[in-house]
Amino acid sequence: MPDAVTVRLTVNGVAREGRCEPRKLFVDFLREDLGLTGTHVGCEHGVCGACTILIDGEAARSCIMLAVQADGAEILTIEGLAQNGKLHPLQEAFREHHGLQCGFCTPGMLMTALDLLRTNPSPTEAEIREGISAVLCRCTGYHGIIRAVEAAARAMR
Amino acid sequence: MKPPKFDYHAPASLDEALALLRRYGGDAKVLAGGQSLMPLLNFRLSRPAALVDLNRIPSLAYIEERDGQVRFGAMTRQRTIEFSPLVARRVPLLREATKWVGHLPIRTRGTIGGSIAHADPSAEYPAVLTALDGEVVARGPKGERVVRARDFFVTYLTTSLEADEILVEVRLPATPAGAGWALEEFARRHGDFAIVAIAALVVRDGARCGAARLATAGAGPVPVRLRAAEEILERDGLTDAAIDAAARRAAELVSPDSDIHASADYRRHLTTVLTRRALTRARTVAHA
Repeated sequence: MPDAVTVRLTVNGVAREGRCEPRKLFVDFLREDLGLTGTHVGCEHGVCGACTILIDGEAARSCIMLAVQADGAEILTIEGLAQNGKLHPLQEAFREHHGLQCGFCTPGMLMTALDLLRTNPSPTEAEIREGISAVLCRCTGYHGIIRAVEAAARAMR
Repeated sequence: MKPPKFDYHAPASLDEALALLRRYGGDAKVLAGGQSLMPLLNFRLSRPAALVDLNRIPSLAYIEERDGQVRFGAMTRQRTIEFSPLVARRVPLLREATKWVGHLPIRTRGTIGGSIAHADPSAEYPAVLTALDGEVVARGPKGERVVRARDFFVTYLTTSLEADEILVEVRLPATPAGAGWALEEFARRHGDFAIVAIAALVVRDGARCGAARLATAGAGPVPVRLRAAEEILERDGLTDAAIDAAARRAAELVSPDSDIHASADYRRHLTTVLTRRALTRARTVAHA
């Protein structure tokens, strides 16, 4: 890679580094270069939301940003949600309320819900629907997801 | 679904960014939030020789009020606008429109300057800029120029920005106290681009309508200011009959195209329906 660039960043609290072409998508960098395959690649053009991660605390789609743009950033991926083997309240709620079937969209759903509850700790059902409309679930499991986010909001307050 | 090769530059200053644009002579693209450009690159519909990324220029992100205008640095994120108390107080129509821009994780990256410079005719921010008769500031090798909304949008995805210019600021007139506003939109799913949206602002003056502002998204190749419909309200007030007449007039002022999402006739129909809804709601928000 003659024009490779070095990307240094913090992922889930750990300093990481990799080299890639400037055109490498951030989601591919996370999966291929850092081995973090929990973030899923769905549509690859910013529609399905499966690849949503937190960058400097805010939810964003990692398939429509470049790895080089994450240089210096603090990233949270699905792998960083559980702490010391204990599931995050959102993960607990998704399990309890059948918020997932096949699980493909789940990393994106959880990371999106995390930012939604950070900025709106007591969302109405309509606000939850609007928030998670950012992520497509093809198992049509939305009702369980909405109940899970409601339950997580209660648990996290 | 991977971008083609390009040279990547992330300048730390606007002058550096402008020099890079000159160096590539029209073959470089400016990368703002990337929420429209990155999909185009992934599909390889766009194959620029270089990307000039503005995300490392912190001086391009601000919101300030000056000379009766609220001014936004081009790289101000939509999510910042959504939560800005100044925007809520002084340009409430923009705040309402922001909730219709993409989804939460789009708005964290997407910027006001990027949305307006991209000039998607179905996007909300160009409609608000047009309704409020706002301005953008373009900076190029010869300095800055101020461009009014009506002179900015040329056609689909095309503006009057030159290849060596960068949109650096968006200026919206502050909303007068007591004004009413509403943005009504129809899309297949919340967060999709509008099939049609109408941005409305009305100023009450006793029983009369002191000023009305109306503009479209999705009803033609550029946002359309519905001046002849505004005039009906400014002449006849905000009665149900006047609103209905303005809404019917609105459909005569647009020239939408048919596409995979909706026919031209349907878009014209929506223009009437949404103009009526927007004005009716704006009237309830306004107080004399």
